[in-house]
Amino acid sequence: MIPEVSYAVPDDGHGHLAEMRVDPIGLFERVRAECGDVGRFRLADKDVVLVSGAEANEQFFRAPDSTLDQAAAYPFMTPIFGKGVVFDASPEERQQMLKNQALRGDMMRGHASTIEAEIRRMVADWGDATDEWREIDILDFFAELTIYTTSSCLIGKPFREELDSSFAHHYHELERGTDAIAYVDPYADIESFRRRDAARERLVELVQGIIDKRKARGTVPREERDLLDVLISIDMSADYVTGIFISMMFAGHHTSSGTASWALIELMRHPETMKGVVAELDELYADGSEVSFQALRSIPVLEAALKETLRLHPPLIILMRVVQEEIELAGHRIQPGTVVAASPRVSNRIADDFPDPELFDPSRYLDPRQEDLQNRWTWIPFGAGKHRCVGNAFAMMQMKAIFSVILRDYEFETAQPSESYRDDVSKMVIQLEQPCRVRYRRRSR
Amino acid sequence: MIRAVADLDLCQAHQMCQAEAPDVFGFDDDADRVVVLQEHPDESLRPQVEAAVRYCPAMALAIEEENG
Repeated sequence: MIPEVSYAVPDDGHGHLAEMRVDPIGLFERVRAECGDVGRFRLADKDVVLVSGAEANEQFFRAPDSTLDQAAAYPFMTPIFGKGVVFDASPEERQQMLKNQALRGDMMRGHASTIEAEIRRMVADWGDATDEWREIDILDFFAELTIYTTSSCLIGKPFREELDSSFAHHYHELERGTDAIAYVDPYADIESFRRRDAARERLVELVQGIIDKRKARGTVPREERDLLDVLISIDMSADYVTGIFISMMFAGHHTSSGTASWALIELMRHPETMKGVVAELDELYADGSEVSFQALRSIPVLEAALKETLRLHPPLIILMRVVQEEIELAGHRIQPGTVVAASPRVSNRIADDFPDPELFDPSRYLDPRQEDLQNRWTWIPFGAGKHRCVGNAFAMMQMKAIFSVILRDYEFETAQPSESYRDDVSKMVIQLEQPCRVRYRRRSR
Repeated sequence: MIRAVADLDLCQAHQMCQAEAPDVFGFDDDADRVVVLQEHPDESLRPQVEAAVRYCPAMALAIEEENG
């Protein structure tokens, strides 16, 4: 029998759900501390078997598609994508399609220049004063920026040009509507779900408006069309189109936004690292080379800082699957219907693999330590195995492009106590807790 | 002596390795998977192979050191 973890928050009839809603990280850490590489907790009517450590993680990540189902493990996503929006393809096939279209290696150069242009638009009103600090909220800033980059790269530039900050605002409400209570009822009558559903309606209205404009405009030459034109041509409803766009952008949005925010915070917290990164970028771009060129190439000091940010602040703290056919994990037979899970948050901080695990130390990734490559089954900010995030090269390129632009033109400092930057973990989609204010000013060079 | 290793269960067909180390890694279009063209590449190719290992989006590649 797989050992069950203790209770830190009293069972209210749904097992450990109450604790998942207030302190999921504490719960997952306690599973490893009390049960070891394989432990168990209760989530509503389901048993969740949580594995950690290289051996059990490898079995989890290598398990064949036929034995584990991804979609059923995330019931909180159904109302976000839309109840009627059913895809003909499995999540694996959709991921493959996305990779073959928008995430192809030969399209990265175009994406890099698109992303550079989007960042420059976002900072266009930041001003040129080198002697005056101004403030932004980094969640608002990066969440809006990554709406523009993901929509432009994954859906198309004409569609992106129809969007403004209101789209980002509604999208944020969707992400906030991911309370774990969805494991009991995804349509429970709670405030965050009401706001989620209202936000989705607003997004459908926005998309309907864009569709109406396109229809009134009539057909345009092939090279000016984007994915929306294709979907309109096959008579898809605004509701359905919106669901498809929401799902295409979902994996790339809050993840990239959170990583950019945390990378900036960690760099401000570690001025020596910041100095090293800024010096590297200044030298790299001294010859006038383009961001769209360099972001696709090696930027080792910045990359190490980004990897260390991802290790400490993985955007997804738990990856779940529902068992379809009996499987064996860490010597235990797991029955169909059970949820199995691995936790990037827990695995990324295993002290045997990552000495001083709480320490922000980008030198972990330099030769000969290479703690990411040495620990392929426990360094898992992007997951691992066959379904390792297909967008990870795109994501790293996007981060390199963002920091190439903002760190060469601006300097940053914390506008609140350093330890007051923290995640709000009360929803399944984790976001930085507001306020998360940062000061910037133009660098004098 | 170095040995270039590809885990075909992990390969996601990003084909990044062919840009980093074209003499060592090829691609099988039918299988949609990487092919190791040179299992024992010359030492001079080590930097290329290391870059391919480091930037493989699927973490499917590795270098093994062999004696002799």
